[in-house]
Amino acid sequence: MDDRRSTPDDRPAGAGVPAREGAGSDGRPTDGVAGGMAVAAADTVSRDVPEARRATASQRWAELSEQRRNRVLFAVFAIFVLAYPLIDRGLGWNRMGSMNPILVFVLLALGLNIVVGFAGLLDLGYAAFFAIGGYTVAFLTAPQSPLVQRGFQTDFWVALIVAFVVAAVFGVILGAPTLRLRGDYLAIVTLAFGEIVPRTFLNLEGLTNGSKGMNPIGRPHAGDVELLASDQVPWYYLILAILAFSIFVINRLHGSRLGRAWMAMREDEIAAASMGIDLVKTKLLAFSLGASFSGFGGAMYASMLQFIDPFQFDFSISIMLLAMVILGGIGNLWGVLFGGLLMGAFNFIWVESAANWIRSLSTNPGLGFLAAVDLNNSKLMLFGGALVLMMLLRPEGIFPSAQRKAELKGARAAIPVTVPGIEESLHDARQGEQVAGGGR
Amino acid sequence: MATLDVQNVHTYYGNIHALRSVSLTVQDGEIVTLIGSNGAGKSTTLRTISGILQPREGRILLDGQPINRLAAHEIVERGVCQVPEGRRIFSRMTILENLEMGAFARKDRAAIQDDLARVFDLFPRLKERIGQKGGTLSGGEQQMLAIGRAMMAQPKVLLLDEPSMGLAPILVETIFQTVQEINRQGVTVLLVEQNALMALQVADRGYVLETGAIVLDDSAANLRENETVQKAYLGIE
Repeated sequence: MDDRRSTPDDRPAGAGVPAREGAGSDGRPTDGVAGGMAVAAADTVSRDVPEARRATASQRWAELSEQRRNRVLFAVFAIFVLAYPLIDRGLGWNRMGSMNPILVFVLLALGLNIVVGFAGLLDLGYAAFFAIGGYTVAFLTAPQSPLVQRGFQTDFWVALIVAFVVAAVFGVILGAPTLRLRGDYLAIVTLAFGEIVPRTFLNLEGLTNGSKGMNPIGRPHAGDVELLASDQVPWYYLILAILAFSIFVINRLHGSRLGRAWMAMREDEIAAASMGIDLVKTKLLAFSLGASFSGFGGAMYASMLQFIDPFQFDFSISIMLLAMVILGGIGNLWGVLFGGLLMGAFNFIWVESAANWIRSLSTNPGLGFLAAVDLNNSKLMLFGGALVLMMLLRPEGIFPSAQRKAELKGARAAIPVTVPGIEESLHDARQGEQVAGGGR
Repeated sequence: MATLDVQNVHTYYGNIHALRSVSLTVQDGEIVTLIGSNGAGKSTTLRTISGILQPREGRILLDGQPINRLAAHEIVERGVCQVPEGRRIFSRMTILENLEMGAFARKDRAAIQDDLARVFDLFPRLKERIGQKGGTLSGGEQQMLAIGRAMMAQPKVLLLDEPSMGLAPILVETIFQTVQEINRQGVTVLLVEQNALMALQVADRGYVLETGAIVLDDSAANLRENETVQKAYLGIE
């Protein structure tokens, strides 16, 4: 805040120019509003600095320091997350048991974001990969598994890697039949996979112990020390470490050649193919990499709960994950992270807290009828209501990706200075809007 | 040997027989145009060459090598690049990002920078708006971007599908001048157009396509004088 005020007044117009050159020379998009506004400022405003200064001073500061603000926010967030077990104990929240599943669901949402957000393939059956990850670990480590009964019990760490790989392979297997499908059709087929996979686990009793589930599942260990199901803090850090690793990998993927291919494919498949993008490979990699992170998630989840059955992976899981992705800002890693935390907190903590609070209110005279209200039962309704509100109020998500923001909130991209030719009037009109919008 | 040699190609959409034994050749350095009315199969021909559609029968040779069984991205790698109908630029990407996508199949970074400069020479207007989102460009600018993007793939053969579609006449003129300029720089061009008048002015040779079959082929000059062509496509009675 302070440094916003201390920066000299004429910086925005000047600062816009390097931002534009940066966009040209390093070949990266000018990400987010800051870049876009900077370019717009350079183009539309540099000839008339005084007016611009008057019109948009406060907002420009907000835009220009966005990157710095993001860094500060990220640091605060990271410290909070790292210190959470201490905070939790210090304040007596006793929510460690809820934080762990929340983090697993965040991990799953990040994986789903690869498929839905990066590659634009609407997957309504993502819980299938979650189940595959969990069952892989169970199959390799639980005593009900025929493999274990024959004496091949696998170490948890090995099982974790195997789950990652198996989920990736199933990503390809389930992705392959959908290659020619788009949009609604793809959604329906993936929806079916999401139903088929848990049902298969339910009915393959010989392998999975059917509806009775498998228990106990192998636990992570370091040397001879095993992580017990009740050791919530070490679990927390273990999941956090895997989450951090996944974020690192996914972030790199997004900026990679493959990430660009996904982006092009999401925009227009025919054009992408005309650019030399191998659609088959690109789609299958999206399914496979997206699935692989849910393999991690499933493995951690099953091992943490020490129990797995097919009913843990029903349709509502897929929908909740999708809601996390959409809520946070589809395609934006950090947005999805935040959306996942928010939805997870809602699902695992807040509804329960609110339900308890209402119950405690019901002991007051005249409020006895509240005893019959159990918010836990209406969780999905609250959840649906929240989504509807979200779509009405902020359809681009809480932290939208730069591109979606531009699309849904009116382009804040660069607007040219002069426009020769027949389009002049149209662009003038747009330019007017831009300046007016900037001065708001 | 022709650069592009399409031999008796049959293409189907499901059961619909869209191309009936289409044969055409494009020699190195030529501009060849394919004219015809709506639904004659012009775009289908281009899509079959570029691998977006697979021909059920017939062969397509590029410098003597068959390419009709290759996937679209492999055909791009061999130097045949299509500017799709309706431009299909990436509307949420900037001009620069669109152009970079054009070079997706290439690995030679230095040469890509040179080609970027070359595209900006061809279309200075794109350079002015390098950071602007594709979707906010005018139709003419989008067409320039689509052509520029295809040029970034360093094509030997450029397939242009209806570059004049939906553009003001003055812009059509500009686009066709650029196509000629690109051709002078050594790129072979196969041009599909409904605007037969413009197409026959820039092309060396032309083919006339009717209901999926080639009915005429001749030099562009002769086609311009041909009575049937004049009546059907040039609006001259």
